[in-house]
Amino acid sequence: MARVLLFGRLSDLAGWRERQIDSPSLSALRARLSAEDAGLGEALLGTGLQVALDQVIVRGDAPLNAATEVAFLPPMSGG
Amino acid sequence: MIRLTFDPFEPGALLTAFCQGRQDVGAVASFTGLARAEAGATTSLELEAYPGFTESEIGKTADRARARFALDDLFILHRIGRIAPGEPIVFVAAAARHRRAAFEGCDFLMDYLKSRAPFWKKEHGPAGARWIEPTEQDRADLQRWEKESPR
Repeated sequence: MARVLLFGRLSDLAGWRERQIDSPSLSALRARLSAEDAGLGEALLGTGLQVALDQVIVRGDAPLNAATEVAFLPPMSGG
Repeated sequence: MIRLTFDPFEPGALLTAFCQGRQDVGAVASFTGLARAEAGATTSLELEAYPGFTESEIGKTADRARARFALDDLFILHRIGRIAPGEPIVFVAAAARHRRAAFEGCDFLMDYLKSRAPFWKKEHGPAGARWIEPTEQDRADLQRWEKESPR
């Protein structure tokens, strides 16, 4: 069960912030989230979206294990 | 030092503390960002961070700033949670041997914090709430540092 976190506009859009989801890979997780919620699926493909696995930014696909923390990070803005 | 806080802070006290006991640096520059009311359109800001990740990402940029501008020390405090107009939202201070490095160190860190640091900012107002993303100006500000050759 990967621990999936949504930040910023993504959590408002999906109506949740954190869920435990069983998925073998990042691409399978994206496909599952898109199938459940097309709006979220589209937002996960948005420009500037980044993904962190266990707090490290990754590009492309990656395997997930039971303890992986997956964070979907929309464009950032501080200050 | 890099710190996130839910609580309001007093920038003057932070600057005084940061300057204390320094005899060799010669220059301390600081920047305080305040939440804007936007003529009543914004009643509050809401800042979200990714605890742990946010601090470590800012830390990497702080290390780059230390090396690039030969800073002796720096301090970054960033609010998270609800922030009222007029309240300080961010405080950055940089200490260096000479003033130019201290000014540039603050400037560089703020440009980074505006558009690259892991924060998500929501504006609440009479017309509802909206998420704020970096503006073209914010991106252009950050690009200035990529053009200039590292010193």
